[in-house]
Amino acid sequence: MSNITGNEIIHQYLRHNKKFPHVLCAGCGHGIVLGTLIRSIHSLGIPKDDVVVVAGIGCSGRLAVYVDFNTVHTTHGRALSFATGIKMSNSHLHVIALMGDGDALSIGGNHLIHAARRNIGVTAMILNNSIYGMTGGQSSPATPEGSTTMTNPYGQLDHSFDIVELARGAGANYVARGTVFHVNQLEKIMVEALERPGFSLVEAVTPCHTQFGRKNKYKTPVDMYKWLKSTAIPLERYNELPEDKRAGRMPIGVFVDRGRPGYEERYYAMQENFLKQAAKGAGR
Amino acid sequence: MPRPRKRTEIFALGNEAVVEGALLAGCSFFGGYPITPSSEIMEIMAARLPRLEGGVFMQMEDEIASMGAVIGASLSGRKAMTATSGPGFSLMQENLGYAVMAETPMVLVNVMRGGPSTGLPTSPAQGDVQQARWGTHGDHPIIVLSASNVQECLDMTITAFNMAEKYRTPVILLLDEVTSHTREKIEIPNEGEYEVFSRTVPSMPPEWYKPYEETVRGVPPMPPLGSGYRFHVTGLTHDRNGFPTQRPEEVVELMERIHRKIDQFFYDIQIVEEIMTEDCDVCVIAYGSVARSAELAVQQARSHGVKAGLLKLMTLFPYPRRQTEKILAHAKTLVVPEMNMGQMSREVKRVNMGHAAVRTINRVDGQIVTPSEIFKVIMQG
Repeated sequence: MSNITGNEIIHQYLRHNKKFPHVLCAGCGHGIVLGTLIRSIHSLGIPKDDVVVVAGIGCSGRLAVYVDFNTVHTTHGRALSFATGIKMSNSHLHVIALMGDGDALSIGGNHLIHAARRNIGVTAMILNNSIYGMTGGQSSPATPEGSTTMTNPYGQLDHSFDIVELARGAGANYVARGTVFHVNQLEKIMVEALERPGFSLVEAVTPCHTQFGRKNKYKTPVDMYKWLKSTAIPLERYNELPEDKRAGRMPIGVFVDRGRPGYEERYYAMQENFLKQAAKGAGR
Repeated sequence: MPRPRKRTEIFALGNEAVVEGALLAGCSFFGGYPITPSSEIMEIMAARLPRLEGGVFMQMEDEIASMGAVIGASLSGRKAMTATSGPGFSLMQENLGYAVMAETPMVLVNVMRGGPSTGLPTSPAQGDVQQARWGTHGDHPIIVLSASNVQECLDMTITAFNMAEKYRTPVILLLDEVTSHTREKIEIPNEGEYEVFSRTVPSMPPEWYKPYEETVRGVPPMPPLGSGYRFHVTGLTHDRNGFPTQRPEEVVELMERIHRKIDQFFYDIQIVEEIMTEDCDVCVIAYGSVARSAELAVQQARSHGVKAGLLKLMTLFPYPRRQTEKILAHAKTLVVPEMNMGQMSREVKRVNMGHAAVRTINRVDGQIVTPSEIFKVIMQG
């Protein structure tokens, strides 16, 4: 395996019969996230047939079209509800929900907190580019306070959602944050998330220079990646920083790793009990 | 020849009969959110499904999620359903359109209540007839069924599942509060006494399979997710491979096929019950609990020497045009009583095209339409 290059791995998982090119802008981080996902599935040796990629709407939603798994491109914000039905129907499948920040936190906010609370065995990936990209650059719940977008030309007044804190509070089993600049770490996180039972959430911070950077002093993709490099800091180092040095830094790493059984495991254990009781009753 | 087994008789609520019917049809997934007057369907499912092998019951966070979960379950090969009432039905509309576009079989029971908005909870109404037809956006075909008594709740639920599977489409079962909260003796059919239809799965090797290919019936085979047939499902307009397309010829092909697969089978889909319609001068066209009042009114009118008949609609959409036209050959008056401002009489007038006089009886006060009200109008001729 060692002489296979990253590209060769990825080619095995792309749909060559799909009408390429893809919809993403040059310099977009979404392709990196998709590459990470493919390599982590490959390294775990999960068969293609056992993977279901459920995606929402927007740039991240389109990723599902290109990969050769079972893929479902759902309605805006509802990826996790579709994923829940799929996982409960066939619990041996690896169900991965790809969502954007607007998708998962705004219209899909309710589904996100309840999927986490229920601890359904789905791996959720939020591709956080702080903006509604495909819709034309309107502000999302993850748009940083003070930045400019199409729908807040005078600066964002709302606070930005902290995805990690939200997921932790709602009860997610595994919560991690990575960036597309720190690819190896993102891949490591993704592997862990896929292996964990219950609800795992990975926030992948990915730049959108076209809709976000352009209006916020990061005119080129390179500017955006430099910004990721200078802002992100490993969680352990972040925790050692004095309070006053933390402002403007974004901790990355694994935040929550609880190891609780998933909803489907608990449900089917309950069902097993009923069936055993019924069999005993019938035996008498 | 073995003696036919005696049917089990139970004293059941309309909502309970829906559950019995669903389980007989092979339903193994229920995702829902409680709302009166449909809640009993969910509550009984919560008690029954976990005790059946592989049965899954889920109380979701809202109606939107319920529809999402049901579609996900159906894509995974299960027969899945949800149940709701007025406001919940509105919330389900977006994903209902998705189910139409992605050709996902499922059954949605809507026990209608007074509206608009929160309206008259637990009061009978039939205000969601046109919402069932046109609630989601875009041009789309849909199958809408109804039931007027408890036995029919069971029978029509089985039919709803069969049609959903046969035509790869969501099917809506519209009930009203009177039907769903009436308790009557019903018979549960024995296995083999009723048809159970399951979706066609592909028989070709996975690499040959095209998920939205044209077939003789217009209904492509549908494999469950994870069975080796990897394909893309989307709510976007898609080509035969399931990939998004905006090419006019591919868009038209898809739209025409999803309409045709329903339209060409109206003989199978349009179910009505004709009561004394062969020679009627006055024909009442009714559905749901109102059809029961209408039946009594028609009998009374006959005893007064008036040639009255009843066309009971069990399929509301596609509207049973053929059966109505047959009656128009001799009927001088059509009476359409309903618990709304005239949602089904629009369809009747459309088919009637001035042949007969159309009289409507409309109640929106949360009260049932009584036999005497209908009788009075029949007697006016």
